[in-house]
Order: sequence, then C-alpha cells, then structure tokens
Amino acid sequence: MKNKTKTIKPYTKQSFITYGILIAAFAVTLILVETGSISFMLQSLLVPLCVYAILAVSLNLTVGILGELSLGQAGFMCIGAYTGALFSILMQEAIPESAIRFPLALLIGGVCAAIFGILIGIPVLRLRGDYLAMVTLAFGEIIKNICGALYLGKDSEGFHASLDSASDMGLAPDGKVLINGALGLNGTPKDSTFIIAFIALFITVIIAYNFVNSRTGRAVMSIRDNRIAAESIGLNITKYKLITFGLTAFLAGVAGVIYSHNFATLQAVKFDYNMSILILVFVVLGGIGSIRGSVIAAVVLTLIPELLRETIGQYRMLFYAVILIAMMLLTANTKFKSKLTAYMSKLKGLVVKEKKGEVK
Amino acid sequence: MKSVKKILALVLAVVMIATCFAACGSDANDDKTDAKEIVIGISGPLTGSTAQYGLAVQNAAELAAKEINEAGGINGTMLKIIAADDEADTGDKATSAYNFLKDQGMQIFLGTVTTGSGLAVVNQTAADGIFQLTPSASGDDIIKAGDNCFQICFTDSNQGSRSAQYIAENNIASKIAVIYDSSDAYSTGIYNTFKAECTNRGITLVAEQAFTKGNTDFSAQIQACKSAGAELVFLPIYYTEAALILKAAQAADFAPKFFGCDGLDGLLGVKGFDPALAEGVMLLTPFAADAQDEATQSFVTAYKAAYNNEIPNQFAADAYDGVKIIAKLIEQEGITADMSAKEIGDKLKVAICADGFEFTGLTGAGAPLTWDAEGAVSKDPAAVIIENGAYKAL
Repeated sequence: MKNKTKTIKPYTKQSFITYGILIAAFAVTLILVETGSISFMLQSLLVPLCVYAILAVSLNLTVGILGELSLGQAGFMCIGAYTGALFSILMQEAIPESAIRFPLALLIGGVCAAIFGILIGIPVLRLRGDYLAMVTLAFGEIIKNICGALYLGKDSEGFHASLDSASDMGLAPDGKVLINGALGLNGTPKDSTFIIAFIALFITVIIAYNFVNSRTGRAVMSIRDNRIAAESIGLNITKYKLITFGLTAFLAGVAGVIYSHNFATLQAVKFDYNMSILILVFVVLGGIGSIRGSVIAAVVLTLIPELLRETIGQYRMLFYAVILIAMMLLTANTKFKSKLTAYMSKLKGLVVKEKKGEVK
Repeated sequence: MKSVKKILALVLAVVMIATCFAACGSDANDDKTDAKEIVIGISGPLTGSTAQYGLAVQNAAELAAKEINEAGGINGTMLKIIAADDEADTGDKATSAYNFLKDQGMQIFLGTVTTGSGLAVVNQTAADGIFQLTPSASGDDIIKAGDNCFQICFTDSNQGSRSAQYIAENNIASKIAVIYDSSDAYSTGIYNTFKAECTNRGITLVAEQAFTKGNTDFSAQIQACKSAGAELVFLPIYYTEAALILKAAQAADFAPKFFGCDGLDGLLGVKGFDPALAEGVMLLTPFAADAQDEATQSFVTAYKAAYNNEIPNQFAADAYDGVKIIAKLIEQEGITADMSAKEIGDKLKVAICADGFEFTGLTGAGAPLTWDAEGAVSKDPAAVIIENGAYKAL
C-alpha cells in the first residue's frame, strides 16, 4: 500500500480527489433526496447544477487547456438541446423505453454540436485571441436566432420547414408542428434525472482529466504555451485545436440535451450570450485550467442567487454581482492567493497531524 | 497511507459542507403557514427588463389581498401573498422560483406573469395538481399541459384573430404591414394567428418585418413598410419597442394607422416618449385605467394611493381580478387554510369551469367572465383608440 501510494503521480492524485469529492457530494445529495430532507427548490436545481458544471468543465478545455477564448458555448448547447429534444419527440413512439432513447439522444445532440464545432472551428481557429471570442460570440447569436425563427413540421409527406411562420410550411391537416418558432419545442419527454445528469458530469470530468493528461492534451498545452515551438517540433496545430474545440462542443451539446429533457418546453431565447458569459465566469472564477474549480464554481455560483431568495429577496442579484466582483478581485490578488494557499496547507497539515495522532 | 488519509479528510470535509447546505434548504420544508392563512404564490419577473409586469402583478395582488383581509377575510380565513422572482426566464430560474414558492407553503399559484416562464413550469404544476390561475401568460400552450391551469387574460391566438377580424370588418385598411419580435413567444404567437386569419379573409400582408429582442433601431423596418405602401402597421409587440417604432415612423415621415394588442398597454407611460406620437394608435386591451365605471375608478384610486401615484396597467388589473376570483372560489367551495395544495386544486379546478360560476371584475368590460374546461377565459378584447392622450373605446 505504502509503495503504491508513493508512486501515484500528483496529477492522478488530484483527479482522484476530484472523483472522491464528486461521489461524496452525489451520495450525500441522494440520501437527502431519498429521505426527503431537501427543499423542492434545491431538488429542482440538481439537474441544472450538473448541466452547468458539465458546460464549465467542457469550456475549460478550450479556455484553460487550449488557451483560446470562446464565447459560443451557449450556441453549442442550443444545438445539442434542439437536436436531442427533436430526436426524443420523434422517437417517443418508436422507442418507448427512455433508458434506450435518452442515451441515443445524448449521443446525437453531442455529435451534432461537435460537427458544428468542427465546421466552425476550421475557419475560426485560424483567428487568435479577441477575434476568436468575437466570432464565437456571433456564432452563438446566429444559432440562437435561427433556432428561434425555425418552424419545423411533419406530416404524411415528410418534413416541412420554414423560417417565416407555421402557416408557411404547408402542413397537411394531419401534420404536427415540431418546432414552433420562438415558442420552441413542446412535449419533450422528461428523461433527465439527477442520477443521469450526475453520471454525465462524472464522465465529463473523467474525460477532461484524461484528455489533459494524454498525449493529445500535452500537445494542446504546448501549443498554448508556445505556438512556434510546438509547430517547430512538427505538431499539427490545426488538428489539435480542432480536437479540443470539437470535444468542448460535444460535451456542451450533451449538456444541452440534459437541459432540454429537464423541461417540457424549450425556447431558443434561453441560449443567449448571457449564458455563454455566465459559463465563462464559472471557468474564470473556478480557476482557468482547473477542472475541479470549474465544477465547484458552477455549483456555488448557481446556488448563491437561489439560496439568497429567502433572505434578501429582490436584492439578491445585486448581492450576487458584489460577490462576483469581490471573488474576482480576491482571486486575482497574488498576496491574498499566497496567504490562502499557506492557510490551506496549514489547515491540511493540522488535519493530517490530528489523524496521525489518533492512529498512534 | 498519508495521501489516503488526506483524501479521506477532504471527503469528510465535503460531506460536512454538503450537510450544511442541505440543512439550509431543509428548513424551508417546514410548514410555515399559519392555520388561518391561505398562501397564494406569484411567480414573475421582479427584476430585469420586464420587471414592471411582475411588480404590477405583485402590487395589485397584495392590494386585493389587503382589501379582502381588512374586510375580515373569507369566513375568517386570511389571504397571504408571496412572490418569487423568475426573471422571465424560460428554464431553470422559472422552475426554481416555482419550487421556492412551494417550499414557502404555497397553496394556490397565481402565476406565471410571462408566457415563457409559464411554459417551463406548467408540466410541474399539472403533476403537483396545484390550482394555477395566470394573470397574464397568454400563450395558447400554457393551459394545454394540464387541467389545473386557467387564464385571466385572453390567449394570443384569440388576440391575433380578433385583431384581423376587427380590421377587416371595420374596413380600417387593406394594405397591412406587420412588425413583430421573432424571438418572443408572445409576439410570434399573435403574428402567426393574425396572418392565418388575414389569409382566411383574403387580406394580403404587404410587408412582414421581424426584429429580435434588444433591437433599438427600427428605421429599416419602417422604411420597408413605407415602401410597400402600407396603410396600417400591425404591432403585436410590447410597448417599449412600440414607442421606438412610432418615433422611427415620425422620423421617416410615415404616418399609417397603427394597431396593436394588449402589449401596447403602457405606451403612454414610457418615459421620454411624446404622447402626441401615439395619437390615433388603436389597441386591444382588457382594461383602461381611465374607464369611468365605479370598480375601475376605486381600483385605480386605491392603487395610486398605495404605490406612489403609479397608474395601474392591465397586468395589475388582471392580477387584482385574479385574487378576487380566487377569493370567490374559496368562499364558494369552503376552502380552509389547512387543506393541501392538491386538495384545493382538485376542488377549484372543477369549480371554476362549472356551470354557473362567473366573475365580474375590472377586465371584462362589465361582462361576466367564465372559463371552459381547458382553461381559457371567455372575454372579448375591447378595441380602444388613443385620443388626446387617453384611451377611448372604439
């Protein structure tokens, strides 16, 4: 045992700590839900929490590992949400068993988002820094607006689509409107559960850790750190950038599918740039490049405004903004940071010492 | 061994933190309601760009509840209004606002204020069996999810087709243009039914111009309407954008007739907007604050006195009616404060659409309101025209 633990690499240790935290948090929440000692509001937040955490972790791959600023996360989420929900609505009769249908929906939503991610990535990843941020922001808005204006119906003759109005589709009287413009999709089966959402989050975190620690991940990081040096040793920059961007889009698409299957209706207006920026805030506050930090920041920052409902009511959004600013300032402050790390290691030392004492 | 212990310590710490969090939440589960109070929950945008709708609903509902309570309550049972901010969100914020109200012991749901939030929660309210009466979520799909949801406002499709009908029957114009918000469920809902009814009646739309949320420059849309030779521009949108459109039309020297729906109510109250621009604008609205009947006058006076001289809009009137409708149902069905939300819901959802139940309030133009089993209200939108800075019935 002793020898084995000694040979564990620090990075592996970090990842296992995160897995441990996740499983413990999951187990505790599940027990609380089962015993009914958790409020309705927190119960309704469990799935969104997992969704936001997946989005933050996946964006961290692009922002933290690849070092490129992307503001299009909501757009990929929107694609995943729409395609996944559409698949589930269409297949509701053909595959009545949600245990088979939902994983398929997750896969389809993720793959569609990844295809878009790669398609957009090919021209866009040639840009750097601010330009990439602007283009991805525009992309997200385009996706949102197209989805918001899209009408899709199905009748005996097949699919009909229009960007003007439901009546322009020329549906037969037996036809069914599937996507109703700004009103979005209606009647998505409620397949998302906390357990599925958590499993998706857990797999996302495993993927993220292993990706970072893989050959590809190292290549990606070398591109981030010094593009010219990376190029000079023969790394295919475009390929590695596309892989990372595609993986981010895939995971965002999966998050979108889970999100859409948590509500009966889906409207594109939700996926605006505010959503993209919110997720970027999770990543930045959690620590760029830190996967565990992304999860924690997503959970904490989603919970804060909701938990403040009871205490300060209407002023909660003001308070939330103040908390955000304070956290940003503090985490950016090197003095505070070094003090915090010193304090944390002291605390850790205390805990471990006490434990040692007990054993003796 | 050391690192294993470290992991263990961290896991334990997280468990502790998680329990703390859970403990915060679980308090809310306790039944806080006084045995003598029935809790009515409101979910609406109390912050953000549509906050005035949510606040109007909250204010008016509190006013109505206060009046009822001061008159001794309903057979001694008092009403308590609680409100949660859903930010007019279409997803998790809306459901979390609804669940927050549930945690606070809500027994009757007077919400949501906006259609988008409503669509996000209707399936859950149907599953919970709570009685839901929405003052202003006018989307057609709101009432379709379950048998527990009823509307006080008329539906979007009703507004769209009634507008087309009104324009056609009164020969107001033959060349019609539409400017609508393609990112908004309310606006596209009305636009679609308006267009369908126009097609039925053989009216052609000469221009159909869309914009999306947050747009502030409407000169392109106005130019398109102008060059198409539109005699009337139909505006199924909210008043903030309508004010900008009227300004853009004036700047372009374009003076067609304007016709809108209940979203235009509030146009005269836009800050920095010249009311002269709104002269001749026609709109469908269930409520005009300067109507001379006694009910409206006493409501407007009480509302102004309570809330800084603010003139109530139709959202306020709908919410005021909503609380009074709930009070009437509570009295009729003998609902007591110790009943669960589901028990109340089971009784009220049958009672409200039963034969013989009707309600005369602020928003029916004097005619009694009745409900069908699906949840839609029978209420005819009344057309008004703005003349000399005030509404005048057409």
